[in-house]
Amino acid sequence: MDLRYTPEQEAFRKEARAWLEANAPASPLRSFDTREGFEEHRAWEARLHEAGWAMVPWPREYGGRGADLLEWLVFEEEYYRAGAPGRVNQNGIFLLGPTIMEYGTPEQKARFLPPMASSAEVWAQGWSEPNAGSDMANIQATAVRDGDDFVINGQKTWASRGAFAHWLFGLFRTDPESSRHHGLSFVLVPLDAPGVSVRPIQKLNGKAAFAEVFFDDARVSAENLLGPGGRGWNVAMATAGFERGLMLRSPARFQSTAARLVGLYRDAVRRGDPVSPGMRERVARCWMDAEAYCLNTYQTVSRLLAGGKIGDEASLNKIFWSELDVRMHELALELLGPRAELLPEAPAAGDVGGWLEGYLFALSGPIYAGTNQIQRNIIAERILGLPRK
Amino acid sequence: MDFTFNEDQLLLQQATRDFLEGECTPEWVRASWESDTGRDPAFWKRLAEIGVPGLLVPEAHGGLGLDETDWVLLLEEVGRAALAEPVVATAVAAAALAELDDPAPAAEWLPRVAAGDARLAMGHAASPFVADAHVADRLLLPADGALHLLPQSAVSLEAQPSNDGSQRLYRATFAASSATRAADGARAAAILDAALDRGALACAAQALGVADRLISLAVEYAGQRQQFGVAIGSFQAVKHMLADVKVALEYARSHVYRASHSVARGERCRAVDVSMAKLAACEAATAAAKTSLQVHGAIGYTYEQDVHLWMKRAWSLDLAFGDPVFHRARLSSAVIDGALPAESFGYSPQGA
Repeated sequence: MDLRYTPEQEAFRKEARAWLEANAPASPLRSFDTREGFEEHRAWEARLHEAGWAMVPWPREYGGRGADLLEWLVFEEEYYRAGAPGRVNQNGIFLLGPTIMEYGTPEQKARFLPPMASSAEVWAQGWSEPNAGSDMANIQATAVRDGDDFVINGQKTWASRGAFAHWLFGLFRTDPESSRHHGLSFVLVPLDAPGVSVRPIQKLNGKAAFAEVFFDDARVSAENLLGPGGRGWNVAMATAGFERGLMLRSPARFQSTAARLVGLYRDAVRRGDPVSPGMRERVARCWMDAEAYCLNTYQTVSRLLAGGKIGDEASLNKIFWSELDVRMHELALELLGPRAELLPEAPAAGDVGGWLEGYLFALSGPIYAGTNQIQRNIIAERILGLPRK
Repeated sequence: MDFTFNEDQLLLQQATRDFLEGECTPEWVRASWESDTGRDPAFWKRLAEIGVPGLLVPEAHGGLGLDETDWVLLLEEVGRAALAEPVVATAVAAAALAELDDPAPAAEWLPRVAAGDARLAMGHAASPFVADAHVADRLLLPADGALHLLPQSAVSLEAQPSNDGSQRLYRATFAASSATRAADGARAAAILDAALDRGALACAAQALGVADRLISLAVEYAGQRQQFGVAIGSFQAVKHMLADVKVALEYARSHVYRASHSVARGERCRAVDVSMAKLAACEAATAAAKTSLQVHGAIGYTYEQDVHLWMKRAWSLDLAFGDPVFHRARLSSAVIDGALPAESFGYSPQGA
């Protein structure tokens, strides 16, 4: 164990910091859940990509920087330090990308990774269906082989980024006789294919963050099958591992929130705002928990670099970061007092900033990527070994 | 940057676990609770043979010369077995002896510690009591800002019976003089600070093992106990309670391992890292205790069942080397007021 950065890692940090300081947008972009904001974020991704910072742990041939996961963590730390924009293509670069890296053919890697790295193609997720939420194995949408194509029918819902994305990845039943986890395949679907229609759904804040996607005899090439046919569940679980366990929520995100929370508390005290006696320790505790998440992630990354894999322990992470995020935002709103409900444009909003918006988003954390109740079942059954029935 | 343990470290942990599983059984722990001193010199000697008391003792004094990153793995096993011997008291005092300006006490006592022929104890500001003072050959005790080294015969001990039968606490009084003074001023303060942090780290590491054992006991019981025709462990209400404790344990582990590195290297954020480790690990252990008791139901509430051996350890570890009030105050003063150094790992905010 040696928790010091190497000179190479320090140099990498310096380089990332310098580039981000010079290039990160000075003022926040519009929300990527609006059409204009979506395009602003894609333009930012194109700049990142041009400078080689879009996806640092990917090989250079796919638009990455050839860095390792530790350097990725360092980059993320600098990214959040710079307050740089949210990643509009996070479903692609953080979730699907690693899955293609593991399961894709050389042709698929060459076809899909470079435009993903540059956000020329933005990806939506297609897991849930109206009757397949927590019970994801109840997926009904079908992809039936017909010559060189799959013919897709059915419906996906809660497709994150679905409103404006170009492509969708998801699980479809390729064996109509199959049930549950069997007979599913992981298929990549262009959202502009004939027979695909997208209906945006507004989330709590009224913005079109996700979408329902309907498939009506939509044809996609059989070359868009990722991994072995009929074994899509296993491929999807690899994606879920990255989502819950590592890449979707890098530690710096929560450390930066914790640092802002500490600042908010200090400001409230300085102004003489009323604060209740327990708040001080609750703020410090949030900071401590954000540190725990960071340390745990460094442990995971060290283990991966030593040849380990992400397993069921990803469920521990997902519970920890999502519930921490809710706690931090709840506490921030408490500190803001009567101003907590004000939208940033309200004349008396003062320093309310993005806390309310952040809180609304944080509330989705314990739901998406597998509800925290499902994660607790996974921990109990697969890690602790409690009986399923 | 490497946040893994090497093979030697994991082997040492496994060897300690194997030894304690065979030798420090719940029956053995219960017997120690009933005994006069609660400690067994013969067992201490055997612990020395596998390197337990001498782990931190420099090789020049006959020890293993390892550091706190190795020590926490061993202490996790001490907690898992609910071992009652004065492992922490002795190690903390031995490390303090090694930090004195005068090398003579270390030269005299450290080889005996490593050989299992001596036990030590140390007082510190965060507790009015001295643990294991009754079996200590030498005691390091603070008085008026100085640190004093005393034989047990020079100290008057008043026993303070504890809820945890493994815990032997004493109020120690003595006549301080220039002859007993081993360090004073800034030197004494630094040694006492280091002792507190080393001891708190040790409690945190033990708490990991205690929590893990309490979870295992509950999982085993919930898998066997049938109600409504099925194992109670199949109920989500039971599963989710245990899953929550497991989450708390694994994130506490990250804090403890990081703090072990900070103590071993004398990092400037040592105090805060240790406080976070102590808070997180003892919280996981006390939560595991409560949950394990609840999962066991009425049988867990009996003296006969073993759950309370670890539950009471969890509670006494929570109080030792700084109780939660102490560590929360230290954390807040660092994070909120900047009174002590606190640094985010990896991340540094703008302007920091």
